[in-house]
Amino acid sequence: MLPPPLRQFIRLSAKISLPFIVAFAYLTLMLFLPIGAVCQKALTEDWADIWRIATDRVAISAYEVSFGTALVASLLNGVFGTLLAWVLIRHDFPLRRIFDALIDIPFALPTAVAGLTLSTVYSPQGWIGALFPYVQISFSRLGVGVAMVFVSLPFVVRTVQPVLMDLEKDTEEAAACLGADRFQICFRVILPAILPAILTGIALGFSRAVGEYGSTVLIASNLPYRDLIAPVLIIQRLEQYDYAGATVIGLVLLLFSFVSLLVINLLQVWGRRYEA
Amino acid sequence: MKPKKWQWEVWLLNFIALGYLTLVLLIPMVNVFYQAFKDGWAGVWATWTDENFRSAALLTLTASAIAIPLNTVFGLCTAWILARHKFPGKAVVLSILDLPFSISPVVVGLMIVLVYGRQGWWGGWLAEHNLRVVFAFPSIALASAFVSLPFVAREVIPVLEELGKEQEEAARTLGANSWQTFGRVILPSIKWGLLYGILLTNARAMGEFGAVSVVSGNIIGFTQTLPLFVETAYKEYNSQSAYSASVALALLAIVTLVFKGILDRVDKRPKN
Repeated sequence: MLPPPLRQFIRLSAKISLPFIVAFAYLTLMLFLPIGAVCQKALTEDWADIWRIATDRVAISAYEVSFGTALVASLLNGVFGTLLAWVLIRHDFPLRRIFDALIDIPFALPTAVAGLTLSTVYSPQGWIGALFPYVQISFSRLGVGVAMVFVSLPFVVRTVQPVLMDLEKDTEEAAACLGADRFQICFRVILPAILPAILTGIALGFSRAVGEYGSTVLIASNLPYRDLIAPVLIIQRLEQYDYAGATVIGLVLLLFSFVSLLVINLLQVWGRRYEA
Repeated sequence: MKPKKWQWEVWLLNFIALGYLTLVLLIPMVNVFYQAFKDGWAGVWATWTDENFRSAALLTLTASAIAIPLNTVFGLCTAWILARHKFPGKAVVLSILDLPFSISPVVVGLMIVLVYGRQGWWGGWLAEHNLRVVFAFPSIALASAFVSLPFVAREVIPVLEELGKEQEEAARTLGANSWQTFGRVILPSIKWGLLYGILLTNARAMGEFGAVSVVSGNIIGFTQTLPLFVETAYKEYNSQSAYSASVALALLAIVTLVFKGILDRVDKRPKN
């Protein structure tokens, strides 16, 4: 007797139809093959070489800029995104629908345009940059942070909104009836319920911000040790025909994508823990 | 009994939240139009009638015209498989489907170079047969298709799941073949989700920058897409031209968002 998963597999493969073939062939060609190519190319180097390239001083500082700045940006969005979601759901004010639609701009606006306009607006002569005369925002690490905040803002808002919507206002009112004050309602009723969604949103935004290229490359000066991010480093290596260098750093970012996807999935499972 | 009235605190929180939104999103968005039109229509018009802008726009439209049908067919097949079948490892397949969203666009470009480039897996074979993929149009279409791969499937899966399989089975027992079942039963019910998925695919494919800038070579007039046109103009300190091209792309974004608003109203199912 065959083990159940195997039997299921055989039963499934007996009814393989056109959609299965199309989907599998397309995924293989588009996704599995290229990923395989990166892994194979990177692993043709010696382990010592891979380690040396991956932990090169410029590379380390690029990871530090990429991951550090992305972490700060996504945490900032964790706070303000949650606040925005709450404001957009619980309160009615003029133009609320317009503001709600605005949240999706970073999904729809090409990143090159975002980088262009952010670098102007946050430059010393720009509308917002002029408000902070002693801080250089564009063409510094702060600018990279601004671009990362821009691209990762919608994730937190859009993951928290539906959860907050399901959490009826009754719950808040019930807590108030039972004598909870406003801070208790916030921190003991609302926050625990939406925490998985907030963390999922932060993780999605963080993952997006680490990989971001278009908007960050235009707002940064791309100098090593200053504001050079890992994706830009890959491009610089490619421009020098250093395929091994580009591939190894690419592999590091690819592994990061796998890990973040895993974490996001676990967070979503945790978020559904009370569901039937 | 209601919780103690929130008065000025609520206004303060609204103010902080909307102020943040204004600083991060609204002002930069308005700035695109302001910078393009601050000297009137002439500058925008000059860019829009420019030879290189036209060829970049055409290239962008063509690439997305190839990415959309590919991803639509794939998305429909995948959505149907995932919504209608139970099999071990389904969650894993769903995560794999999301990979194109989480892989950095630059890494996507790198992967395409490593498969189709001169040093890549198929580079030798392609060169023998005189086929150019990298630094030519095919790689731009490939990159656009890759980054926008999951959208259709992602939008159609929840609709199909909600729909249930009864109607399909009824059509089958009444003697409809697969194509009839798809065309007359499934398609009419999923059309709004499908349309929105296509719209997102289009916006993402047209706006892709990182992956395309690695694989295209940015040859003006040949492999320069609209986002690359924006970057090149910006690097040449030609900000009028950069912003005029950006307006075209920003309008695309606004059309996408307006469409989303309309679809949300037409089709009241909850979106996530």
